[in-house]
Amino acid sequence: MQDFAQHFINGLSLGSIYALIALGYTMVYGILQLINFAHSDVYMMGAFCSYYAARFLNLNDSQGLPSFVVLLMSSIIGCAILGFLIERLAYRPLRNAPKLNVLIAAIGVSLLLQYTGQSVFGDDPKVFPTVLPNVPVLEGSSFTVHSLDLVVLGVTLLTLLVLNLLIFRTRIGMAMRAVSQNMRVASLMGVNPNRIISATFILGSALAGVGSVLVGLKYPKVEPLMGTMIGMKAFIAAVLGGIGNLSGAVLGAVLMGLSEEMVVGYLSSTYRDALAFGILIAVLIFKPAGLLGRSATEKV
Amino acid sequence: MGTDRSTPLLQVNDLQVYYGAIYAIRGITFVVNEGEIVSLIGANGAGKTTTLRALSGLIPSTGKMEFCGKDLRKIPTHQRVGRGLAQSPEGRGVFPGLTVRENIEMGAYCRRDVAQIASDMEECYQLFPKLRDRRAQLAGTLSGGEQQMLAISRALMAKPRLLLLDEPSLGLAPLIVAQIFEIIQRVNKKGVTILLVEQNARMALKQSHRAYVLETGRIVLEGMGHDLLENDQVRRSYLGV
Repeated sequence: MQDFAQHFINGLSLGSIYALIALGYTMVYGILQLINFAHSDVYMMGAFCSYYAARFLNLNDSQGLPSFVVLLMSSIIGCAILGFLIERLAYRPLRNAPKLNVLIAAIGVSLLLQYTGQSVFGDDPKVFPTVLPNVPVLEGSSFTVHSLDLVVLGVTLLTLLVLNLLIFRTRIGMAMRAVSQNMRVASLMGVNPNRIISATFILGSALAGVGSVLVGLKYPKVEPLMGTMIGMKAFIAAVLGGIGNLSGAVLGAVLMGLSEEMVVGYLSSTYRDALAFGILIAVLIFKPAGLLGRSATEKV
Repeated sequence: MGTDRSTPLLQVNDLQVYYGAIYAIRGITFVVNEGEIVSLIGANGAGKTTTLRALSGLIPSTGKMEFCGKDLRKIPTHQRVGRGLAQSPEGRGVFPGLTVRENIEMGAYCRRDVAQIASDMEECYQLFPKLRDRRAQLAGTLSGGEQQMLAISRALMAKPRLLLLDEPSLGLAPLIVAQIFEIIQRVNKKGVTILLVEQNARMALKQSHRAYVLETGRIVLEGMGHDLLENDQVRRSYLGV
């Protein structure tokens, strides 16, 4: 058990990255009941945005907070614009179409982004700029906390805090919650649902943008298919926590990251990915609505 | 208000609604004058709720709808409340996962006058003291009557000129129904015009200045509330006497 602390730290750090991506799935699902398959590719595009921003601005060798912030901003802005456009061009025209049609459109957008990435950026993996050093900052007898772990945790916590304030303390956040509960009634209150849906896509995509930079720093490899597996796991994390539920997505993601690291540590890394799907199957059998999800109760 | 209740606020001409192949509203014409309480009564499926939904723009329809002299069709659904047309929807439609207070705030979403909003909220709490006690509670945990009160407060927060009320008495105990109608009268006396949809025909006719009787998508009768109460056809079909 002496490695437990180390696995715990790794798992927490991995889980918080999953959380940033899982939130995008769960927010869009909460408002449109759509599984946005393109979300993982928005994440990928975010990584490329910051990769090219670094190349363009010659930040590859400049370590430090300003470079990190520049990468973060370019990824966030790139993802936000992309998320907005995807909703506007691909999903909004299908607003009154059957849900299955929108789902198929989402798969289409996902493939479009992947192949665009392959033809524009090339298949070969690129190295993400190491704008922050990864040095041990805290060493215990059986574990080491690296600076990047702290950055990942710190940035994630800060992002979650801002998100929380936005959703629960602002007018637009209240409108988002209202629309996700009853879009028609919200429009009777004067809420323009399309505007709220756009805002949701922008926000969710921006979170994926944050995630992509954190992943890029920790696992510095950027390629057009990098979103597939992590997106799948983040989606599973969202389902695990109860899709549509924000705290559920964070909880599910942390559990997912922790269990994955524990499997790697105590069993074998071969089972790492199988575990995610095992968890999904188990949850769907025993708790179809997820850990914090609940079947809607309505009074008549 | 001292209004003579003869200035038209809402004018509907030959309104028609199709639900797919179902011809739900078959060309109805009615008017709601400034200061009135007008009710639409009729059996289940007569088209009462459909009419309100068409007015709010939640479903497509054809025909003329004029509100304050303006063509309603040119105003998107979410902007109609800002023009003075608020609806308390069928089944109350409160946001179950928002607190009571947030639900009331949502009612004022179209407004920007923060100070006035706060004092209007206070007025709502005075109208329905129960809501004040429960303001921090999720709306989904309220009883049916409380949810109805919340839905009405929320609609009032928009400061409407015309309030559309869909079945405010549905599923409520008689005592609560009486309370709700008393509030409706009070709100009306403050100058809010009300279009009421009800299955509880007796209550609705007693409380309304005028009423229309809807049968399978057509208006079959209209008149003063108390006249319709005496009408043989109404008594047989809707009052059970």
